[in-house]
Amino acid sequence: MSLDLPLGSPSGLSTAEPVLAVEDLRTYLYTRWGTTKAVDGVSFTLKAGETLGIIGESGSGKSMLALSLVRLTPEPAGRIVGGKVVLNGRDVLELTEKQMRDVRGKEISMILQDPQQSLNPVFSVGNQLEEAIRVHDRDIDDAEVRERSVNALKSVHVPAPERRLKNFPHQMSGGMKQRIVGAMAMAYQPQVLIADEPTTALDVTIQAQYLRLLKDLQRRTGVGIIVITHDFGVVAETCDRVAVMYAGRFVEQAPVGEIFDRPRHPYTRALLDSRPKVDLKATRLQSIEGQPPSLTDLPPGCRFAVRCSYAIDKCHLEYPHPIEVAHDHVSACWRSEEVPWESP
Amino acid sequence: MSVSNQPTRAVNEPTDMLETSFDIQGHAVSRPWWKLRPRRSMRVPWISIFIVLFVLVLPAIFADLITSHDPLRGVLGDRLAPPFWMEGGSWTYPLGADKQGRDILTRIIYGARISLTVSGLTIVIGAVVGSTLGLLAGYFGGWIDRFVSWLIDTFLSLPHVLLALVIVAAIGPSFVTIVAIIAITIWASFARQVRGETLSVRETEYVARARVAGTPPWRILMRHVLPNVANTLIVLATLQVGVVILEESSLSFIGAGIPRPNPSWGVMVADGRDQILISWWISFFPGLCILLVVLSLNLMGDWLRDFLDPRMRQRGR
Amino acid sequence: MARYILITSARGLLTLFAVSILVFSLARLTGDPMDVLAPVDISREDEAALREKWGIDKPVPQQYLSFVANASHGDFGPSFKYPTESAGSVIADRLPASIKLGLVATILTLSIGVPLGILSAVKRGSLVDRVAKGFALFGQSVPEFWLAIILIWFVAVRWNVVPTSGINGWRSYILPSIVISIFGIAALLRLFRSAMLETLSSEYVKLARLKGLSEFKVVWKHALKPASIAPLTFFGGIAVRMLTGATVVEIVFAWPGVGLLAYEAANARDFPVVQALALFTAAVIVIMNLAIDVSYAYIDPRVRLGQKAVV
Repeated sequence: MSLDLPLGSPSGLSTAEPVLAVEDLRTYLYTRWGTTKAVDGVSFTLKAGETLGIIGESGSGKSMLALSLVRLTPEPAGRIVGGKVVLNGRDVLELTEKQMRDVRGKEISMILQDPQQSLNPVFSVGNQLEEAIRVHDRDIDDAEVRERSVNALKSVHVPAPERRLKNFPHQMSGGMKQRIVGAMAMAYQPQVLIADEPTTALDVTIQAQYLRLLKDLQRRTGVGIIVITHDFGVVAETCDRVAVMYAGRFVEQAPVGEIFDRPRHPYTRALLDSRPKVDLKATRLQSIEGQPPSLTDLPPGCRFAVRCSYAIDKCHLEYPHPIEVAHDHVSACWRSEEVPWESP
Repeated sequence: MSVSNQPTRAVNEPTDMLETSFDIQGHAVSRPWWKLRPRRSMRVPWISIFIVLFVLVLPAIFADLITSHDPLRGVLGDRLAPPFWMEGGSWTYPLGADKQGRDILTRIIYGARISLTVSGLTIVIGAVVGSTLGLLAGYFGGWIDRFVSWLIDTFLSLPHVLLALVIVAAIGPSFVTIVAIIAITIWASFARQVRGETLSVRETEYVARARVAGTPPWRILMRHVLPNVANTLIVLATLQVGVVILEESSLSFIGAGIPRPNPSWGVMVADGRDQILISWWISFFPGLCILLVVLSLNLMGDWLRDFLDPRMRQRGR
Repeated sequence: MARYILITSARGLLTLFAVSILVFSLARLTGDPMDVLAPVDISREDEAALREKWGIDKPVPQQYLSFVANASHGDFGPSFKYPTESAGSVIADRLPASIKLGLVATILTLSIGVPLGILSAVKRGSLVDRVAKGFALFGQSVPEFWLAIILIWFVAVRWNVVPTSGINGWRSYILPSIVISIFGIAALLRLFRSAMLETLSSEYVKLARLKGLSEFKVVWKHALKPASIAPLTFFGGIAVRMLTGATVVEIVFAWPGVGLLAYEAANARDFPVVQALALFTAAVIVIMNLAIDVSYAYIDPRVRLGQKAVV
């Protein structure tokens, strides 16, 4: 497989079959303080060339969801207890660990949040990049590895790639490191790329640049991207569809426009309202009252009900399963009709 | 070993003695020990505490009340009496008697007193001197730091045992001598630790703010640096008690520590050495006490370290 | 880097001077070697001649200066106890025994301590881990001299498997090396365990797994290398012990090395030997520190290449 990324190849939005189909995924953490239901029934699909954003507060289970997709939940506490993760037609939860290792990096990759931490400080960047290439191609020779690493760096717009290969992580800026992490992830043009808070640790000035790079990679290779973030700005910039996550479940899924213009879940509404608005004369920042529920001790009804201004008795007693409120737009709320489109 | 210029790893974020210290995610940031409550499932090492209390502390304090035998003079007629469960043993000498007919159990109890006082004194001296120098070096830097660092390196390069042998050959073994010798060798560990911590704490925003505000150095040291250093200091002190007990008993064993006929546990092991084949109890029990006490102290020290540092992992330096 | 070595060496030299002064004065404090070494009924003339020969008739500062002058050539004067030998040669005679024992102990320490520490971290919470942790605790708490005696009692005497003391063939190495290495194994085990636990939970190890690397590679390449940096200082301590002899163990096993020599020389008030030994030990420590600092700089690219950002 050549690493030269074909420019001008069409993005894969025309294909009907999703590259990733997740069905009722459950990941629980078993600790001596109880069972934490980090991911508690998550379902979604991802098509080729599409970008899905998963947005939520810390503790919503977003990162655990990402780790579950690649089966790297923290051992021995974390266990995937149910559901299906169908990647390229195969349920990866059924694979052996050896088979899964072939899948990681080749069919599905992930970019981690903090580039300062995700590169090993005692090995050169070139060493780590070459490693990513060698792992899926045992018989490759040195010259070709070299060539492919250089090309990989070029594809993420790293100048003077030959010199960079010899550098160590601490000799580079955060933005450059994150780009190299991206190059490692894309080395085999996987079908799915998970970006876990890809820009959170970067300087504001670099963030936009990096997001554009991701979109560029997507255009060229048709990769499906899952962006995990807490920042609506990132969502607006990159995503085609958005899923809002709360207490281990998706509470709303919709195209990006719908989420901003016509949110149908009180939590989404509250999240949008809590963004600082530069233009309005707001006197204080709005935050959502209360705390997310403890994931070891979940209520029987809607998990947001305690903090929700629209909650009725039914909300506390019965869990609202997602219903379709518009085309391609689901919301898990009994009162989704009453949620105002704009903030009052 | 050598003192590097990198701060030690076990750094806790600074806390003001008055502010609450939680970070955004609701995780507790380290606070000084007097403000802490144990987490729900922290397993307090009760057995260790029990052992330290009943084998080291209480016997040391109440020695005369617990036993009626004379630890220094024995009844020659009862020499080499075996422990009570063996043939020829009795409850008069529960753990047996030594060559001079002295009760082993009694000597062990008085030996606890020796271990406690030696370790207590050396650690107090070592910690005070070491922490002071460490604080000064870490905080003020410059030539003070260079000098103290060099001092630390030098004292850590001293051959302990040889030094002890030489000194004792000169002025004879005594309680004061061994306290001095051990104190000389352990102050450097305290100094190094405290210096490293101080270096880290000094670089934090917290302290920087105080310095900019013009707070006098001694105030900064007392209010900001010391509480943060206190935690690791306590852990170090606890662990060092064990170290000192081992060191004192080693030196006493080779005759360079507590002089005979005092019942230092180390001396007792040496006394029983040539009897080991038959009257094994003379050497066995004192050494066992050393093992149990040091083991317990290590367990307590480890527990304390975990207890005082809610964040097990520190990110970055 | 070269500058760094120079500065550290200078400090080391200063340390050596300080140590030598300290030991010199202390040795002189130990009283008159005459009392110990010369026969009781020695005549005045013989005594004066002996004093002159040994140079102890001169004032102390002068003695020190001549000592330094000679020491820089490696001449530490004649041993008081063995008048026909120089202090240097006495030490040189006894050194090989200590080094051999130290070598065996070091091999034991490294080959048990390191793998156990790594295994303990990789299989955290398992039986291996718990046993290893228990052993580490024991190893750091047991008094060496007592353990030595107990082992001799059982292994050497009761079961008659090894000789009780001295050097009589390869079996004599077994017990002393075990006793010496116990503490080292315990400490090394803990150091590697905690360092590995830290690296194993790092983000870069997570990334290594994400690439699809085998668990073996993840552990032995990505987790181990950064984890080895911290225990490095301890290697130095081990090496020092190996070269300078474990005194207490040598005494218990009557092992004719420099540790036992220190004991004998101090008791005999053999100044030159004591001084030479002290300097030797201090020099070994200083050099080892230097080696460690340099190794740190070499292994950790952040230190080696400097923290300059090459954006």
